[in-house]
Amino acid sequence: MNKENSVVIEIRNCTAVYGKNRVLREVSLTVDKGEFVVIIGPSGCGKTTLLKMMNGLVAPVKGEVIVNGENLSQGDLTALRRRIGYAVQGAKLFPHMTVEDNICYVPCLERKMSREEKRALAEKMLDLVEIPAELAGRFPRQLSGGQKQRVGIARAMAFEPEILLMDEPFGAVDEITRRTLQEEMQSLRQKTGITIVFITHDIEEAFKLGSRILIMKDGIIWQEGAKEELLSNPKDEFVRRLICR
Amino acid sequence: MQLLQILWERRDFFLTCLLEHIRISLTAVVCAGVLGILAGIWISRHKKAAGMVLGVINVIYTIPSISLLGFLIPFTGIGNKTAIIALTVYGLLPIVRNTYTGLTNVDASVLEVAEGLGADKKQIMFGIRFPLALPMIISGFRNMVVMIIAMGGIASFIGAGGLGVAIYRGITTYNMTLTAAGSVLIAALALLSDWLLSKAEKAVNRRYGIE
Repeated sequence: MNKENSVVIEIRNCTAVYGKNRVLREVSLTVDKGEFVVIIGPSGCGKTTLLKMMNGLVAPVKGEVIVNGENLSQGDLTALRRRIGYAVQGAKLFPHMTVEDNICYVPCLERKMSREEKRALAEKMLDLVEIPAELAGRFPRQLSGGQKQRVGIARAMAFEPEILLMDEPFGAVDEITRRTLQEEMQSLRQKTGITIVFITHDIEEAFKLGSRILIMKDGIIWQEGAKEELLSNPKDEFVRRLICR
Repeated sequence: MQLLQILWERRDFFLTCLLEHIRISLTAVVCAGVLGILAGIWISRHKKAAGMVLGVINVIYTIPSISLLGFLIPFTGIGNKTAIIALTVYGLLPIVRNTYTGLTNVDASVLEVAEGLGADKKQIMFGIRFPLALPMIISGFRNMVVMIIAMGGIASFIGAGGLGVAIYRGITTYNMTLTAAGSVLIAALALLSDWLLSKAEKAVNRRYGIE
């Protein structure tokens, strides 16, 4: 198998329901290694559900999800999730843990870590997301919004996952911080070659970051493609309105 | 002044009562604490049972304490054992309710992130949910301790030891000072315990970065 271009996430004809609503309708999608896929669409279009399907937080009522060759309906979900980074809007850091403990959370689920190991890992990750190492002992409430978000990303990446799932990670930070974080994401991806699936509601962010953009509407993938394709060939009025700036 | 005098003159008697009171209360606190926290954890995972369990505990709570002691006599006789059972049953309500409320009120999105990052059920419960509920649980625990110590005074009516003996003896012999001395000691014990627990609460909050 060609390692460079192998499929890491495959979603086959998945339908998901929330209560009585069908939030995803027979969606199929493959994500290749190293891609930066951005999902965009109006609220309630099913983008978060689609993302949560990739780490098994939502199970499809119909269809299959295969991540790293493992079918999620059969595999050991917790073990798989530890190999998939997960970052969400507002970071949702664990409020009773220091920055260091937050960052070391996933590796500590696997095995006991010594104090020195934890410190070293925290320092390395804080350096990666450009936060001064002195903040390692702070609690989340003592951080700014942008710092929390960065720590959230550091926590998602601490166990060196091959895949990173991000649900509007920059939704709750100011414009300037957001731009910095976007640039950091790009360089992070270049440094690590990680596969990223990223949700946003901001088309500029999608164009800036995505190597491929999925536009979702009413539980289906309405149109997908690179920035240029979407700009030169929008499918309909809905896509045109979404992408015109 | 009479009060201090009687406390000093009969210090051996009061000391025995006080120690007995502490022993009975402490046993009940440990029993109610362990049972209550376990029950709270259990009903937080079995929401369907929660309403019923809390309902039953609530009903028990409304039984006047003196009659609960009376009800127990045919089953467990008189003495310390019955007192400890009654106090334990009474103590359950605050601790079960606070444990349950604390555990179920943890921000669901934080729990979901923990799950998404690969924590299993046990790791979520003891690494995230329980520590985040801890301030609430401790406050329930404080309530329970104060209640058990105070109610321990009634236990002597069914032949148990403790400071209630002084109160009861005071009442039956028209010795108001004796009754007052017993009551004051109970109040002092309750306040002291509450103060010590508030210190523990602060230490826990500091450990978990809550202020």
